[in-house]
Amino acid sequence: MNTFDWDAVGDAFPLLLEGFRVTLLATVLGTLVAAVLGLAIAVAGRAPSRFVTVPVKAVMEFIRSTPLLVQLVGAAAVFSSVEPLTIGIAVLGIHYATYTSEVYRAGIDGVPKGQWEACRALSMSPRRTWQAVILPQAVRNVLPALGNYAVSMFKETPFLAVITVQEMVFEARKYGADHFAYTEAFTLAGLVFLVASYPTSLLMRKLEKRLGH
Amino acid sequence: MSDFFSTLLDEFPQVRSGLWVTVEATVLGSLLALLLSFALGLAAGSRLLLVRGVSRTVVEFFRGTSLYIQLFWLYYAMPQLTGYELTPMLCGVVAFGLNYGAYGSEIVRGAINSVPRAQYEAAVALNMTPFHRMRKVILPQAWVQMIPSFTNLLIQLLKCTPLLWLISAADLMTVIQQIRDRTGESLTAYLTLLAAYFVLAYALTLLMNMLERTAKRRLGLHTGAGSLLRTRSAEPATTAGGAR
Repeated sequence: MNTFDWDAVGDAFPLLLEGFRVTLLATVLGTLVAAVLGLAIAVAGRAPSRFVTVPVKAVMEFIRSTPLLVQLVGAAAVFSSVEPLTIGIAVLGIHYATYTSEVYRAGIDGVPKGQWEACRALSMSPRRTWQAVILPQAVRNVLPALGNYAVSMFKETPFLAVITVQEMVFEARKYGADHFAYTEAFTLAGLVFLVASYPTSLLMRKLEKRLGH
Repeated sequence: MSDFFSTLLDEFPQVRSGLWVTVEATVLGSLLALLLSFALGLAAGSRLLLVRGVSRTVVEFFRGTSLYIQLFWLYYAMPQLTGYELTPMLCGVVAFGLNYGAYGSEIVRGAINSVPRAQYEAAVALNMTPFHRMRKVILPQAWVQMIPSFTNLLIQLLKCTPLLWLISAADLMTVIQQIRDRTGESLTAYLTLLAAYFVLAYALTLLMNMLERTAKRRLGLHTGAGSLLRTRSAEPATTAGGAR
């Protein structure tokens, strides 16, 4: 039994901060992938042909119901020549895209039917209908929900440590093992998550209220 | 290909025990989470500021600090700080329970708030005690609304159980990875593992659908048998770990 060592906290902090940069990078790029891919899936899911929609739905259901950790470790093992951070961002992005696509879907469904009919009446091309009429209305409503997924992705980035991406928790574990100071390292890492994610959550909630959800 | 599956069959007792560890952690973790959801969720609706404040703080703390850190804290830091060591399985159950209990409390709070105001008033008018009111009027109605969100949360919890591998509990992921190491067939091994989790998740969804149907029937709402087969994770999950 030992007590909390404050020196170790000061000692570990710069290292964790170094790792935190990678954590943020993974979150931002992962969110970008999820935001773009999710939109693509949502649009593909509305294709008129069942040969497109059924496989898309099946694959999404599968990805959504299976653990992120297994997907990460599996992808890292199968594509062993690719850099771990790239794999991490891709897997995080794809995993969350299956969730964001549902958000987009709800947003697109929320656009009044009359808008589609008006576009057809004006004989707009499908591409132009999406681009100029539907998406601008749909995307505005889904922004807060996308933000929520960004926050939860942020809290799941520690999974990347498992495939040797040197993000914050990776550094915390390393520091803990080297100095036998797991308590200090993990407490600090937890606090960093709390300090970073709580204000973001509050902001998202406010944004959501502002947009009238 | 066949090499992996023949080893899988040879090692079947081990695979079964790994599967058991995964199921056990899921069931025990979600029971603890359910208990905490109700405790924290009901406390969040309390009239006393202190009770409300404690509930909010606990919820924000466990939602804000990543599950991964909580698990590692319990496994690595607790023994260092207190000299008291939990088994890996217990660490997992406690961490899953605390984390998902915090998310679940929001479901309970939201569902109770969504019961029409007139129901409270009617119960008050009938001179019911607060306990009686909650037990007989509010909760049966709120419960029906909670189940779909709880299903999402349950699937999320199941998806976190592979973390047990990291704290050396011999769960399903650990066992399959051992077989992979022996046969060197990564793709087959991980696809099999993913398929196993998919089946588990779908089984849990079916169970929860049955529960929902029973709860609805108690309120006099009948649903067709077709509703049992639908998947639940397709709903935009507000409980996926987001801010709500």
